[in-house]
Amino acid sequence: MPKTEFSPSIESRPTYPGLTSQGSAPAIMVADAAGAEALVDLVATDASVMDHAHVVLIAKAPELAAKLTALTPKALHEAPDLDAATPLVTQILDTAKMGTQLYLAGSEGVIGHVSALAFARGLPMEAIQSEHRGSIARRMQCVHCKGITEDVTTDPFVCAHCDLTLFMRDHFSRRLGVFQAVCVDAETPGVVPATEEIRP
Amino acid sequence: MTMQFNDETFRGDYTYHNSQKAIRRFPFPFDQDAYMYSVNIEQHPGGPEGSPFEVMFDVDEHYVAEMKDREITLAEDPLRCQSLPHMELAGWDLLELIMVSKARDYPELFTLHRDGNDWHWINKPLGIEKKFTFLDPTTLPCGPMEYITRQTQGDFALLHERDGNLWMDAGMVTSQADWSLDFDVGMNFFEWHAPVPKARKMGVFDKALKFLLSVGQDQSYRRLNWTLTVNPRLDTSPETYHKWGPEKRSVTPENVGRKQFLRVELQTFFRLPRSNALAFPIRCYLANLEDLAGQPKWGRRLHRVLRDIDPTLAEYKGFAVNQEMIVDYLSQFDDGAPTSPGIFPDG
Ligand code: HEM
Repeated sequence: MPKTEFSPSIESRPTYPGLTSQGSAPAIMVADAAGAEALVDLVATDASVMDHAHVVLIAKAPELAAKLTALTPKALHEAPDLDAATPLVTQILDTAKMGTQLYLAGSEGVIGHVSALAFARGLPMEAIQSEHRGSIARRMQCVHCKGITEDVTTDPFVCAHCDLTLFMRDHFSRRLGVFQAVCVDAETPGVVPATEEIRP
Repeated sequence: MTMQFNDETFRGDYTYHNSQKAIRRFPFPFDQDAYMYSVNIEQHPGGPEGSPFEVMFDVDEHYVAEMKDREITLAEDPLRCQSLPHMELAGWDLLELIMVSKARDYPELFTLHRDGNDWHWINKPLGIEKKFTFLDPTTLPCGPMEYITRQTQGDFALLHERDGNLWMDAGMVTSQADWSLDFDVGMNFFEWHAPVPKARKMGVFDKALKFLLSVGQDQSYRRLNWTLTVNPRLDTSPETYHKWGPEKRSVTPENVGRKQFLRVELQTFFRLPRSNALAFPIRCYLANLEDLAGQPKWGRRLHRVLRDIDPTLAEYKGFAVNQEMIVDYLSQFDDGAPTSPGIFPDG
């Protein structure tokens, strides 16, 4: 699956220009199953990018893990989902050397969440690159209860925490790594528009 | 002359009200019969005697009730006040600016004695007397920004300057026109303004940021912003939108004059001396259509502005659903006569 092209939006909405090798600088790479292909494509442009790279694969996919191992990173770590990957990624970020490059590939949820972790640890924005691949599901924060609902593909949707029906905004917080979701029937309780699949 | 403070509420039974004096000094935001976004920035303080522009931090009849309302909001949601770790010094800067200004401008209400870093602050309207050590956080019950903004009307954003941009790294926000501090903390000028229609393309935000970055310590400025709010509610937050949202649809032709409020924000800009941060107080004034229309110039002008406003702005500001009712109501005050320039009422 190629890199996703999103329609133009407001300025807080992140864009994902794609990965470009920064050579053999220390690197942290985090990808989900779809994003793993972006890492493969990255290595095809410059094999040295793996020389000092910690790769975290967020997927239950042994064949993908084998494919990434074959690219000879410094280390490959696997995690079944974003939650499970968080402590691992946090630790790798905490022990990262100055000048470390962060390469993120996959869904908006993975990119948003890991960027936020890196942002909180003071990694400069210039050191973070991202490429969107695969699902256009969003990581949404309910503005009312602050709970985060992962992998949202419809608008409106029901908050996994407080059960309010929420609409998606394009307003995005880099600090939290989430889009904002707001009660869709706040003014007219019970009057909810038809559910639609989101588009890029 | 001592000031009388209203016993009133901004939620529930909504007993908020304006005296004749408060109406006359209301910061009416329209200096002509039409409105569009612009870089409407001017020097602050400075303005006619008795106007809310006269001193740095205006204190009015709503002071005590507003501070009670803030206390309720903060008790329900502590995330309305946030400060990233590097912003504490800016909080002290803000505390100093406010205490010094208020003690100077309202000596009958506020007193500040300073002996080196040993400070003694007396706030008579709120019954507070506090001795503390300036720059020593252990001598205050909470952070300096929270301490002083629990005693000062209006919301506050503290902006950190870096990379040629301003970053919203601290704030006290309980009387916002539907935006979330918790969501916006850490954003830069263009990111937090992203939901605003038109302005970026018009060049308003580029010019405004350039201006703000050049503000020095010896100058301060202001601008007015406005929206419409149903009921005199300070806390129109996204967090509680599902609670106050239904009230937006409770407007009828019979009650619109009393229930529909013009909400004006007096926004000011101060460069802070130690931290080099920018303080951005956002002071909210509320008056209903009936009270405003009592000033014939304002009745005429408000009718024309709200009738002719760009639909995108009416939608963004959230009053499109009630616009027709509002304009119908206001039309009775518009005889077509010309209006005088400027924001102040005639006579
Ligand atoms: C640095 C201090 C400032 C802060 C913290 C600030 C903050 C905000 C916020 C949070 C919003 C709401 C956005 C949303 O919908 O979520 C807003 C709206 C807006 N801001 Fe600012 N702002 C600042 C300075 C300025 C300046 C100098 C201008 C000058 C033109 C400006 C123009 C506007 C406009 C036109 C809107 C839309 C308001 C409406 O239509 O009701 N802001 N601002």
